[in-house]
Amino acid sequence: MAEAPPGQSGPGFFATSLDSVVGLARKNSIWPLPFATSCCGIEFMSTMSAHYDLGRFGAERLSFTPRQADLLMVMGTIAKKMGPVLRQVYEQMAEPKWVIAVGACASSGGVFDTYSVLQGIDHIIPVDVYVPGCPPRPEQIIEGILRIQDVIQSEGVRRRDSEEYKQLLDQYLVK
Amino acid sequence: MFLMYLCASRIKDMQPDHIPYSFYPIFLQFCVALTFVVLVILGTHLLGPKQHGKRKDDSFECGLDSVGNARNPFAVKYFMTAILFVLFDVEIIFLYPWAVNYKKLGWFGFWEMLVFLTLLMAGFYYVLRKGVLAWEEKHRE
Repeated sequence: MAEAPPGQSGPGFFATSLDSVVGLARKNSIWPLPFATSCCGIEFMSTMSAHYDLGRFGAERLSFTPRQADLLMVMGTIAKKMGPVLRQVYEQMAEPKWVIAVGACASSGGVFDTYSVLQGIDHIIPVDVYVPGCPPRPEQIIEGILRIQDVIQSEGVRRRDSEEYKQLLDQYLVK
Repeated sequence: MFLMYLCASRIKDMQPDHIPYSFYPIFLQFCVALTFVVLVILGTHLLGPKQHGKRKDDSFECGLDSVGNARNPFAVKYFMTAILFVLFDVEIIFLYPWAVNYKKLGWFGFWEMLVFLTLLMAGFYYVLRKGVLAWEEKHRE
């Protein structure tokens, strides 16, 4: 069971801020959209299956359409030709949305320091959490999920309507 | 629940016997369930954050730009073949339990099935004559 956020409690009632309640609900029901292009995707399959079981963190429901996903998990090498595809998948996700870059390739291009490979997906979309490793172990991917849960918990209800967020999207030319 | 019971018993005192007052709690529960669902659906639409844009509102094609219209006309042959398959599929569903109980049903079952199959085969003959199953269209002069 999830821990209750700080608040006022008495006999028969509990009061806290709306932000923390919404954050609590959001962080424990992440619907990830796996964007797996190489070996990090294989590690992710292991993360999802019985031994590591991402379902323990409320994220067992994978979504293969961006419309129903909260978390875009980019796992693997993103070639420059794949860039526009990745961006469109990100653009078509419903708000609120978060992005996690799993592995060295998605984070920085990794060993593929070459003309055809995107040197990190943060060139085209905003990234919330980076998971290092080549490929990272399932424990590391789970750690990344836990950190993204922290990000989700601390995000306010109003952030997605704010001017700052619109500027961020404009900066990445997200339409 | 106790409140519902109280309401029900009060109504029982007031109403004539022909009203099914014992279903009142179920009716109340139904109303509560419906209200909850409508409120949640409306609430998510009104309160949830939204961003609209041309590419965002485009149909999802695995990250590629969508090309053309999904509502293109295509040959009616596909539809006819599919619907005929369903028809004969259902026929098999009727035939199977009949075949299992063949001995028990006796001659009565036999004649019934014969009538059924005759009607169906008449339809099949009509379909054949109409040329629905002729995939390659022949050019008749």
